[in-house]
Amino acid sequence: MDFTQTHFALFGLPATYALDREQLDSAYRELQNTVHPDRFAAQSDAEQRVAMQWATRANEAYRTLKHPVDRGVYLLQLQGIDALDAHNTQMAPAFLMQQMEWREAIDDARAARSVDALDALIDELRRAHRGIETQLAELLDARQDFEGAREAVRQLRFMDKLIAEVGDVYEELES
Amino acid sequence: MALLQISEPGMSTAPHQHRLAVGIDLGTTNSLVASVRSGLATILDDAEGHALLPSVVRYHADGAVDVGYSAQRAQSLDPHNTLVSVKRFMGRGLSDIDDVGSLPYHFVDAPGMVQIKTIAGVKSPVEVSAEILKQLRARAELALGGELVGAVITVPAYFDDAQRQATKDAAQLAGLNVLRLLNEPTAAAIAYGLDNASEGVYAVYDLGGGTFDISILKLSKGVFEVLATNGDSALGGDDFDQRVFCWMVEKGRFQPLSAGDMRLLLTKARDAKEALTEHFEVRVTAVLSTGEMMDATLTQTEFNTMTASLLGKTLAPTRKALRDAGLAVDEVKGVVMVGGSTRMPCVRQTVAEFFKQTPLTNLDPDKVVALGAAMQADVLAGNRAGDDWLLLDVIPLSLGLETMGGLTEKVIPRNSTIPTARAQEFTTFKDGQTAMSVHVLQGERELAADCRSLARFDLRGIPPMVAGAARIRVTFQVDADGLLSVSARELSTGVETSVQVKPAYGLGDDDITRMLKDAFTHAKDDMYARALNEQVVDANGLIAATRAAMQEDGALLEPADQAAIEASIAALENLLTQPDHLAIKRGIEALNAATTDFAQRRMDLNVRRAMAGQKLETFS
Repeated sequence: MDFTQTHFALFGLPATYALDREQLDSAYRELQNTVHPDRFAAQSDAEQRVAMQWATRANEAYRTLKHPVDRGVYLLQLQGIDALDAHNTQMAPAFLMQQMEWREAIDDARAARSVDALDALIDELRRAHRGIETQLAELLDARQDFEGAREAVRQLRFMDKLIAEVGDVYEELES
Repeated sequence: MALLQISEPGMSTAPHQHRLAVGIDLGTTNSLVASVRSGLATILDDAEGHALLPSVVRYHADGAVDVGYSAQRAQSLDPHNTLVSVKRFMGRGLSDIDDVGSLPYHFVDAPGMVQIKTIAGVKSPVEVSAEILKQLRARAELALGGELVGAVITVPAYFDDAQRQATKDAAQLAGLNVLRLLNEPTAAAIAYGLDNASEGVYAVYDLGGGTFDISILKLSKGVFEVLATNGDSALGGDDFDQRVFCWMVEKGRFQPLSAGDMRLLLTKARDAKEALTEHFEVRVTAVLSTGEMMDATLTQTEFNTMTASLLGKTLAPTRKALRDAGLAVDEVKGVVMVGGSTRMPCVRQTVAEFFKQTPLTNLDPDKVVALGAAMQADVLAGNRAGDDWLLLDVIPLSLGLETMGGLTEKVIPRNSTIPTARAQEFTTFKDGQTAMSVHVLQGERELAADCRSLARFDLRGIPPMVAGAARIRVTFQVDADGLLSVSARELSTGVETSVQVKPAYGLGDDDITRMLKDAFTHAKDDMYARALNEQVVDANGLIAATRAAMQEDGALLEPADQAAIEASIAALENLLTQPDHLAIKRGIEALNAATTDFAQRRMDLNVRRAMAGQKLETFS
C-alpha cells in the first residue's frame, strides 16, 4: 500500500473541490469489491490483515472526500495549510450576524414546539450550506485563494453545527 | 513445475470442496440455524421437524442441560433454573436490567456481566447462550454430515461492543469458528434478495423478542451499503407480553406472585398477544397455585392502546436513522419487516403509516435473518465466486474517550463504515505528569458517566514535561465484526500500550479458558483431539491457499522470497506429521509471517487491475 498516494489518486479522481459524486461512489465500490476482508475470509491471516488495512484506508478516504468540510480541510492540508488552526478564527461580521439570527430562529422554533418552523429552517440552512460549497469550489479550484477557502471551510463547519442543533431540537420535540 | 496434490485418506482439504458453513440467528425468544445446500439457503430442522429452537435453557442438579422445547415446557415448574430471553442480559450489568423485580431469577451482580444462580451453579449469560449454540451446532453437523468450518452469527445492529464481544465469546465456548458477526437487519436484506434488480434505498424494521433495530441501506450494483442504523437493544415482543401481564395482574387483583405463577402469567400473556394477531378479541383465563383466578376478554383495541407507547419507542430511532442518513421518508423505496413481533397488526399498521407504503412481508419474519446469515456464511467460507454482493456495514454507536471533567470526546462517530480506524491526539493536564489513564467509552451522551464504559487502561512512562507538552496519540481500530481495539502511543518517546478492548462487562480470556476446560473435564482426550484436528485443517488450508497464490502470482516474488515461503511450507508439512497442536499453530504463524509481504504485493496488484478497469469504464 502506497501511503503517499492522495485520497483523490486512490480513487482516480482529480484533486479538486468540485466532485463528481457518482464517479467517487463507483470507484469506492470497485475498490471495496477488491480489498474488503469479506473477499478474503477463507484466505490466510496475512491476506486478511492486508485486506483490513486496505478496506480501512478506502473507508477513510471515501469518508473524507464525501464530506464537504473534510474534503476542504484535506485539500488545504495538501497545500500545507491547517484550515482549522485554533489561532485563526477570524470570521466576516455579516456571517456571524446571520449565525446569531439562525440561532434565535432555532430557539423560537423550540419554544413554539413548531416542526413546520424547523422544516423551513433546515431547508434554509441546507441551501446556505450548498451556497458556501459552490463558493469554496470557486476559491479552491479556479482562484487558488487558500486564505478565502480557509474561511469558507470554517463557515461550513459553523453550518454543520447549526444543522446538528436543529436535529437535536427535532429529537427533543419527538420525545 | 507444480506438483499435483493428493490428500491424505479421510482428510480432504481440497480448496474446491464445498466447505460446511452455517448462519445462526441467536434470538431472544427463538434461535435458528440455516445453510446453503445445492445453492439454496435452507433452515435446518431438528429431528422432529422444528425449525425454531426456543432460546430456553434448563439446568438440572446433576449438571445435565435441556435446551429448547423440553426446557420451555418446564418454565413454570422450574422457573429459577429455566432461563429464557437470556440475550437481554448479554454484556449487561444488573443495573442495566430495569425489570429485575418481575423476573423469576436469582441474579448475582458479578463485577463483569450479571450472572444467574441455578441449581447447577452460577451461570453467565455467555455460558447459557453457548448451550443454545452447541445445540444448533450439533443439529447442523448432523444435518450436513460433517464438521463446520465456521458460522456467521447475527447480532442486533444496535448491540454495543460489550454485547458483541459476549456473543463472540459464547460462540467460542460452543466450539464454533466465527466467520463474521453480522447485523440482523443486514442479514435480512440479503435474504430478501434485494440484489442488482432492486437498486435504491430500503429500510429494514426489525422488532424481535427483546431488541429493536432500524437500518437504512442503499443498494447499488450488488453493494449493500448501510447508511445509518439505530434502535433500542432493550425493546421487543417481551415488552408487549409484559403489558398484557400487568393487565392480567390488575384484572385478577392478584397478590404478590410466586416465581412459578409469574412465569405462568407471562406465558399466558404471550399466548394472548399471539392470538390477537388473528382474532379481534381473545378470552384470557388463569388459575394460580394459590387458587386465585382470572377470566377476562382482551380486545385488539385494548391491546393497541396499552402498547401504543412501545410503538412510539420504535419510531423515534427510525426518525433518527433517517436523519443520520440525510434522507426523507419519501426517498425510501421499500420497507422490509423482520422479527416475529412484526406479525402484530398494530406494528404493520404503524410502519405503513410512517413510511406511507405497505411494508414487505413475503418472507417469514422469523426465518429471514438466519437465511441471510447462511448466504453470507457461504460467501465467507469461499464457496462462491465472491462477486455476488458485498456488505458495507457501520458501527451503531460512537466510540470515544473520557477527557478532563468527565466529558466524552468522540473518536469514531456512529454510522462510520467498518472496518475503520481513527487516531486522536491528547496531552497531559499537569506539569510532570508521567502516566495517563485512558477510559474507552461507547455512546452518544456528552457526559462519560452516561456512556457505556468499555475499558480502562494506563499509559505509563511518559517523560516528565510541562502540562500540554506531551503528545499522546490514541488509535481506535474497529474490525469487520464491529469489534474495537485501542492502542495509545506517546509520540516523543514511543512508549506504547495496546489493549484489545475486552469490555468491563465481558469475559476475560481466562474465564473463557476455564469454561472451555469445565466443558471438557469429562472428555479430556476429546479436547486435545479437537484442538489438533482444528490446527491440522487450518494448516492444510493455509498451505493449499499459499500454493494457489504462488501459482497465480509467483512472478511477484524474488527467487529468495519464493525459497523462504517454500521453506516455511516444508517446515509446516513436517510438523503435520506429529500430533502436537501447539507446534502446528506456531508453524501456521510462521508461514503467515513469511507471506505477509507477498500478500501486500498481491493486493497492490489486484487494486491496480481493478482501478485501471474503473478508469477505462468512467472515461469511455
